[in-house]
Amino acid sequence: MKVIKVLATAVLGAGIAVSASAQTVGVSWSNFQEERWKTDEAAIKGALEAAGASYISTDAQSSASKQLSDIESLIAQGADALIVLAQDSQAIGPAIQAAADEGIPVVGYDRLIEDSRAFYLTFDNIEVGRMQARAVFDAMPKGNYVMIKGSATDPNADFLRGGQQEILQAAIDAGDVKIVGEAYTDGWLPANAQRNMEQILTAQDNKVDAVVASNDGTAGGVVAALTAQGMDGIPVSGQDGDHAALNRVAKGTQTVSVWKDARELGRAAGEIAVALAGGAKLADVKGSAAWTSPGGTALQALFLAPLPVTKDNLTDVVDAGWIAKDKLCQGVSNGPAPCN
Amino acid sequence: MTAATDTAGLPPTRRSLIQTLELDTRLLGMIGAFLVLCIIFDIVTDGRYLTPRNVFNLTIQTVSVAIMATGMVFIIVCRHIDLSVGALLATCSASMAMIQTDVLPNALGLGLGHPSIWIITILAGLIVGALIGAFHGWLVGYLTIPAFIVTLGGLLIWRNVGWYLTDGQTIGPLDETFRMLGGTNGTLGVQASWIVGLLAAGFAVFAIISGRRRKSAHGFAVKPVWAEALMIAVAVSAILGFVAILNAYEVPTRRLARMFEARGEVMPEGYTEGYGIPISVLVLIVVAIGMTVIARNTRFGRYIFATGGNPDAAELSGINTRMLTVKIFALMGALCALSAVVASARLANHGNDIGTLDELRVIAAAVIGGTALSGGVGTTYGAILGALVMQSLQSGMAMVGVDAPLQNIVVGAVLVAAVLIDIIYRRRARDTS
Repeated sequence: MKVIKVLATAVLGAGIAVSASAQTVGVSWSNFQEERWKTDEAAIKGALEAAGASYISTDAQSSASKQLSDIESLIAQGADALIVLAQDSQAIGPAIQAAADEGIPVVGYDRLIEDSRAFYLTFDNIEVGRMQARAVFDAMPKGNYVMIKGSATDPNADFLRGGQQEILQAAIDAGDVKIVGEAYTDGWLPANAQRNMEQILTAQDNKVDAVVASNDGTAGGVVAALTAQGMDGIPVSGQDGDHAALNRVAKGTQTVSVWKDARELGRAAGEIAVALAGGAKLADVKGSAAWTSPGGTALQALFLAPLPVTKDNLTDVVDAGWIAKDKLCQGVSNGPAPCN
Repeated sequence: MTAATDTAGLPPTRRSLIQTLELDTRLLGMIGAFLVLCIIFDIVTDGRYLTPRNVFNLTIQTVSVAIMATGMVFIIVCRHIDLSVGALLATCSASMAMIQTDVLPNALGLGLGHPSIWIITILAGLIVGALIGAFHGWLVGYLTIPAFIVTLGGLLIWRNVGWYLTDGQTIGPLDETFRMLGGTNGTLGVQASWIVGLLAAGFAVFAIISGRRRKSAHGFAVKPVWAEALMIAVAVSAILGFVAILNAYEVPTRRLARMFEARGEVMPEGYTEGYGIPISVLVLIVVAIGMTVIARNTRFGRYIFATGGNPDAAELSGINTRMLTVKIFALMGALCALSAVVASARLANHGNDIGTLDELRVIAAAVIGGTALSGGVGTTYGAILGALVMQSLQSGMAMVGVDAPLQNIVVGAVLVAAVLIDIIYRRRARDTS
């Protein structure tokens, strides 16, 4: 939340510095069929409206070729800045080239664009891993840990695992924490996470004190495996703010769900795009830093901090309108606020 | 094409202007509809649609589908269908990407950026496409499996062969010379474009005049001189107008500055340069002329239309319809490879999703362009115009900001309506003749 305030002030500052002429921001979505982007779109629109800029958009319908035509069309319509959710981080190259030729700044939205002329905006996945491990570690500073990782083919899975390790390293070195099991989850599928967890529990004779799971889906599989052994209630982490996971947090079977608020991402993208359209340099974006991608591209990037949702701040997600109170508190009696 | 209203022998009784000019009213209708479409979009987008820049974009965006549509005309004329063109494009693109980034530079030791890479790659791609197409044709012609089934299977097979070849990875960046065939990265420039335009205009004048001479030499009725002159004027101004528009789109100054920088020079103040005709559009024009000549002036072409009009009669009169099927599918395959060159060069990368759903766009372009699914009727220029109409509709709606689902609904409705109008038109034409 702090990030937004910082950003808001930064953008407000930029807004005053630049003349308030009406700007147009073009957004190229990769696949609007996925429901979640509607949330992002509303946030981007809101930010642009607040800045007096207008919104135009296109949907590439999962085609990298169509996305190139789309971006050409957005440029032809006179977009002053582009926000691009890339379908393909490499094949988007010619589109970025076209925008750069016209001097139009590009904000890479959520998905990496391998081009140093594009700004990269996303949530900090390493920080997500840190938050997961931190919450579990706070609840269980000593004992046997199991690491349920994401899909081996998804680079995010290793970012998360790296962040988790950072937090636990000291305790591991001191001998307080011992990692007794570790497994990738094929395709992030809850069923695979459950199977892996069952096998680890069998191998360890149920001597497990805490589980660091990389997202809410895998956490669901883990909790199911634990429940079968009557072990539910030991610390388990997750991410995404899935409604089922938040309900588990209220019930006490999951410790934390790290929530990446799509509305925050959308708002930041809108504000950055307006600032860049007004002539701000990529490096001027408040909070951004130089960053090198795993592919070796040097980029200017801003990583938003996600919000760890635990039993202490469940009220926040209800207040934010992310989940209805009755859904959050389903089957919960005498739980943490607001379920009491 | 359908000048069927004039019956030979009778003294020509010409009334209206259109009849005097011997124009294809169907084509005229399509051009009219296209112009109306452009004007409507232009008004709705506050004059942004008909700018040199957008015309340039539109022509580039149309090329890939248009090239394949010219081949699809022959397939549909022969009463077949090819559902595998998008998948075939993906396989051709994948093999060409592997050839130019891996096989030639590494295995054969040419090294990246070798000047012969692009041409070897394209030739290899054309061979791959033609072989796969010929194989489809063999299954259809000799083993008599319906083309619908063969190419439906092909759709699944070739899409995934492409995937298998590349492990689903995006391959790139592609060879620099190869990329020039994609559009923006390879244009002729102002001067060369004017030369090409003048040559084309000269050729058009020559074709009209020599056509008139041939007709009168054989004692056929010819159009009045003023009508021929009008046709020449229209053709020349259309060609030169098109070139002028493409030349008017100026290369962005930052791009120019970078080009000068790469050569180690400093850009003079106020220097500008037009894009001119993109090489990919030139490729399409060559394909269009080639396919039209094949259709009208070669035995192969006449056999295609004869077989499409009546397969049994064609076979009885001694046409080897089986071999003909192999040939048209092989031609389609080679055109898919050519499209793959343009499509992947435009993206500067081979992506796993390249050509997805192109089969439907290609068939729709051919059908909107007046190719009858019942066989025997179809033109190359109609198919290209069909592709252009589809692309302008799609780009235009994207520009206006129509929601994605609505865009597809409109395109679907236009496809069905175009065929309906065509059916009504043909029925009228038959009744009045």
